[in-house]
Amino acid sequence: MPFTVPKERWTAEVQTVTIGATEAEGGTRTSTVTIGGDQSLPFLHFEGDTPYGPVIAVEILDEAPQGWPEPLAEHYRDVWGDPAAWAQKAVEEFGADMICLRLASADPEGTDASADDCATTIRSVVEAVGVPLIIWGCGNDDKDNEIMPFCSEAAARERCILGSATEGNYKTICASALADGHLVINESPLDINIQKQVNILVTDMGMKPEDIIMYQVTGGLGYGVEYAYSILERTRLAALGGDRMLQMPMLSIVGSEAWRVKEAWQSEDEAPEWGPLERRGIIWEAATATLFLHAGTNILVMWHPQAVSHVRHHVAGLLSG
Amino acid sequence: MFVIGERINGMFTDVKKAIQAEDPAPIQELAKRQIAAGANALDINVGPATTDKVGAMKWLVEVAREAVDVPLCIDTPNAQVMRVGLEAAGGNAIINSTTGEEERMAEVLPLAAEFNCPVIGLTIDAEGVPRDANGRMEIALRLAAACMEQGIAMTDLYIDPVILPVNAMQAVPEEVLKSLGMCKALSDPPPQTILGLSNVSQGTLYRELINRTYLVMAVANSLDAAIMDPFDDDLMEAMITTEVLLNRNVYCDDFIKAYRR
Repeated sequence: MPFTVPKERWTAEVQTVTIGATEAEGGTRTSTVTIGGDQSLPFLHFEGDTPYGPVIAVEILDEAPQGWPEPLAEHYRDVWGDPAAWAQKAVEEFGADMICLRLASADPEGTDASADDCATTIRSVVEAVGVPLIIWGCGNDDKDNEIMPFCSEAAARERCILGSATEGNYKTICASALADGHLVINESPLDINIQKQVNILVTDMGMKPEDIIMYQVTGGLGYGVEYAYSILERTRLAALGGDRMLQMPMLSIVGSEAWRVKEAWQSEDEAPEWGPLERRGIIWEAATATLFLHAGTNILVMWHPQAVSHVRHHVAGLLSG
Repeated sequence: MFVIGERINGMFTDVKKAIQAEDPAPIQELAKRQIAAGANALDINVGPATTDKVGAMKWLVEVAREAVDVPLCIDTPNAQVMRVGLEAAGGNAIINSTTGEEERMAEVLPLAAEFNCPVIGLTIDAEGVPRDANGRMEIALRLAAACMEQGIAMTDLYIDPVILPVNAMQAVPEEVLKSLGMCKALSDPPPQTILGLSNVSQGTLYRELINRTYLVMAVANSLDAAIMDPFDDDLMEAMITTEVLLNRNVYCDDFIKAYRR
């Protein structure tokens, strides 16, 4: 008896979004990134089209990081402290599709850099690379509301993604994005209901769905990531089922979450049974990223160049069917 | 839920006048407003406005089609009027309707196959509307079998188990609810289900309350679509809330607003 592959029929697809603006579009990017348009669960080519595959943004900080494990630090030590050089290295040597610039120096608990300093950093990174940018604040709401309007303006018309709008703090970042022609990241805890509510609030501000990226906070492999998988998958299912307020592409933070867990950084003296440190973090990051790919994420924010390389290879295989 | 707006019907005075005066503006406004209010498709019924049913249907469908691009639900018992309406709708229509009578199915179902559009099948035969759910299912089964013979997919067949006014036939609403569930066991994939909702409250004093209460019950009993009044905000919001409570839509605090996006 012939076997027929059972197929789901979906009525809708993930929103297609383009990031970055070239000269013709009023910006200065030499390349843009288009994501979304997915018509099925990830990589099920027999059920629907995947017109644009997932992309990888390499995350850089605007100041030297503290306490990075050596297998990670060795790749970036020569450029940290110079975000423009760091961004260039990530693009030219590690093949980043996008740069995710985290304005860690603005943190009032740390360096407490000024809005002007942050804007200057952004201008230097905009000039240094031609790929689209994600610009993310320091995570302190009050400080981010102070710096993000200046940061947004420093990259005006480049069609960057600004991070992040949350249920309790979204007005300033939306106003900046609208004024300067950027997209926003709508951030929520790992909770599809709150994610949808943030999307409502942000679209109420006048942001179009095609100018929004969704981000639900997740952990790394081994730290509740199965639950993250199920929630992201449910988000994709809602999109395919026609829920317009959950059809935006998704972003996953992988690098910082994977390298945060002890399995990635604990020394071989402390944990000899876990194998060589130089490979552990890379494997942890690549495995975490792969899991999010299969949950339906469209943008992976990553750290380690070899993890990036592994995931890129995996994506190529999945996309070729 | 698939909402088919009921307002473009010659039974309503404003529509009747517009048909008689061949004035497109009120029709097009009704079309656009119903979509804005949450309708997914529009019922088009000439009603008693004129004796030239063919001419009026053609005009009405063309006028509505200029205003909106959603499916138009061509509502007539006359196969000739149906054909004219389907042609004017430009390939995006729903046939409303056939009964389970052999001669009606023989006229109407080939149109569904020819125009490749969904068809509503009423559980009515020569004897009229059956008294209970089992009688309705016998006719539904005949409708399903006739559609299969014509190559019409079960997902394109909408079974309407025919709701009658509660003040006249008080046992019917419960029988219809049972029928909705039974329709889902007819085949795999099953046919869709639909009701002409406002019938349940015809001639009653508290029409909106009865419509709203019954829609909630029907949605919870496998109703897929309804021909109903999208301008009734309480009705629409009760429907949206029911779908959230049934986990068919993802909850968020502003779930009414989310549905209307």
